[in-house]
Amino acid sequence: MSESRAAAAIRTTRNAVAVELIGVHKWFGEFHALDGVDLRVMRGERVVVCGPSGSGKSTMIRCINGLEMHQRGRVIVDGVELTNNLKRIDEVRRDVGMVFQSLNLFPHLTVLENCTLAPIWVRHMPRREAEALAMQYLERVHIPEQARKYPGQLSGGQQQRVAIARALCMNPKIMLFDEPTSALDPEMVKEVLDTMVELALDGMTMIVVTHEMGFARQVADRVVFMDYGRIVEAAPPEEFFSRPRHERTRLFLSQILH
Amino acid sequence: MSLPLPDPALDPRGYQPGGVSAPVRQWRVAGWARANLFNSWLNAALTLFALWLIWAVCWPVIRFLLVDAVWDGASRTDCLADRVGREVGACWPFVGAKLGQFLYGFYPAAERWRVDLTAALGLGLLIPLMIPRLPYKTANAVLFFGVYPVAGFVLLVGGMFGLPYVETRQWGGLLVTLVIAVTGIVGSLPLGILLALGRRSEMPAMRAVSIVFIEVWRGVPLITVLFFATYMLPLFLPAGWAVDPLLRVMIGVLLFAAAYMAEVVRGGLQAIPRAQYEAAQALGLGYWRTMGLVILPQALKLVIPGIVNNFIGLFKDTTLVLIVAIFDLLGQLRAAFSDPNWATPTTVFTGFAFAGIVYFVFCFGMSRYALWMERRLSPAGRR
Repeated sequence: MSESRAAAAIRTTRNAVAVELIGVHKWFGEFHALDGVDLRVMRGERVVVCGPSGSGKSTMIRCINGLEMHQRGRVIVDGVELTNNLKRIDEVRRDVGMVFQSLNLFPHLTVLENCTLAPIWVRHMPRREAEALAMQYLERVHIPEQARKYPGQLSGGQQQRVAIARALCMNPKIMLFDEPTSALDPEMVKEVLDTMVELALDGMTMIVVTHEMGFARQVADRVVFMDYGRIVEAAPPEEFFSRPRHERTRLFLSQILH
Repeated sequence: MSLPLPDPALDPRGYQPGGVSAPVRQWRVAGWARANLFNSWLNAALTLFALWLIWAVCWPVIRFLLVDAVWDGASRTDCLADRVGREVGACWPFVGAKLGQFLYGFYPAAERWRVDLTAALGLGLLIPLMIPRLPYKTANAVLFFGVYPVAGFVLLVGGMFGLPYVETRQWGGLLVTLVIAVTGIVGSLPLGILLALGRRSEMPAMRAVSIVFIEVWRGVPLITVLFFATYMLPLFLPAGWAVDPLLRVMIGVLLFAAAYMAEVVRGGLQAIPRAQYEAAQALGLGYWRTMGLVILPQALKLVIPGIVNNFIGLFKDTTLVLIVAIFDLLGQLRAAFSDPNWATPTTVFTGFAFAGIVYFVFCFGMSRYALWMERRLSPAGRR
């Protein structure tokens, strides 16, 4: 693992910011969901975002692929700034994969069709090629044998792994995870986390909202703690967990690490 | 913890996983009847009453339509009770004699093959389209929705390719019923979908236009629409802008049906969780592909019953065109009643029975097909 972190460091220094948020604000009516968020994620970096519910962590990563529009500040993804221009948002979305908390595979399509839909219709890939690619990713998440089934026939953990494969089929440069294990039964959390760890070890740029601190320790390059729409603290995991600087971080950690 | 299972070799009763073997079938029927229909005096009485009721309703119908009916004849006299010497039910020779009129209206007899050909083409394209197993669905759909309307128009109207021109005033009977109903049914669904999407659009102008359209068309009775299209629209159009009366009525019916369809589709759209939109958006599918590939297939499946309800309603509503002097099946029927050659006490009942059967066959067919499709699309039916 230290090897991969070193590799990440090399990639990071070699170039390029993957995601940059500069002074981002977002309101839902009167509620100030994001209050001046600044975050820079380098290519190949793995960032885990945690914080109490309502702290703005989901809103923040949803701003990165335009599911929510920020109202002030700048969001730049892989060199493209997100504006109201719908074409540009779709351009960004093609390169940013996302896995949600809710299990939201398309229930009317088979697992394989779920995975090939976007490559065929957005990337205009020939069907056969898209299916080969999908099978390759389904193997990577260890469920190629479920390809012909419908999502309703799979367990929650399997569905979430398909969701990861579906996102990977678009060859994303960045993967966003919005509490991918929160809706799962406890015995299924591990299989999803294992898949995410493998992905991280392969060098994918990842921003993960999660409360799975074991995952954060294992793969994160940085842990970001948010509260009241602000980033309170951001540090490498060993520092974050052993020497949190802020009182609120300490309180939060004491509540979730029993 | 595990309970000892009886060993089939040791158990003298011969262990079977299903328990007791199934009883003989006839016993099951009698037993079921005794257990459910005759298990108390009240239930027995209700069962007998229901049986009597079924008999009381069905027997006269069967007698009228089949037993007492006259099957052969050339004029009214063959259907008169004193001539036949018994009670007389349906006078089927009347329907036989007027069948041409019921089917084609006053479409010239020499040209009726064109109607038959149009119908045959339509069926030939529609039936394979409705059977999911058959291949070439895309080509089939293009032919049916794209080429067939043009071919049908050329065939029915004529005036080109050496086909004599037949003005729509001469059309009638089932031909008119089907022309209006099919254009209404085929056209109202896509238009209704667009209106439903418009009503849920984030663009205010789009939304306003859709809401106004839907509410205006839903707010007026179909009869008003037909009257307006037939008698008032020509007054507003500039001179020389003659639009065929049948076409005006077809468009009126189509737009009217689309407004209703839009609300049915909107109901389906509202039932799809937000997460589905977001997942599709996050994949970069964009608005139209999100709708066309992810949202609509699910939403339309949910509202199949409502859609078919609208189709059936529309099919039967086409009879209203009678009041604007277009003679559909029912109109031709009424015209035929006034023929003194066939004036008998049962002519009217025979005619309505015939029309009823025809309408029922079409509507029941749509209903059954939709039911079958719904089952096929349900997740349980797909394994």
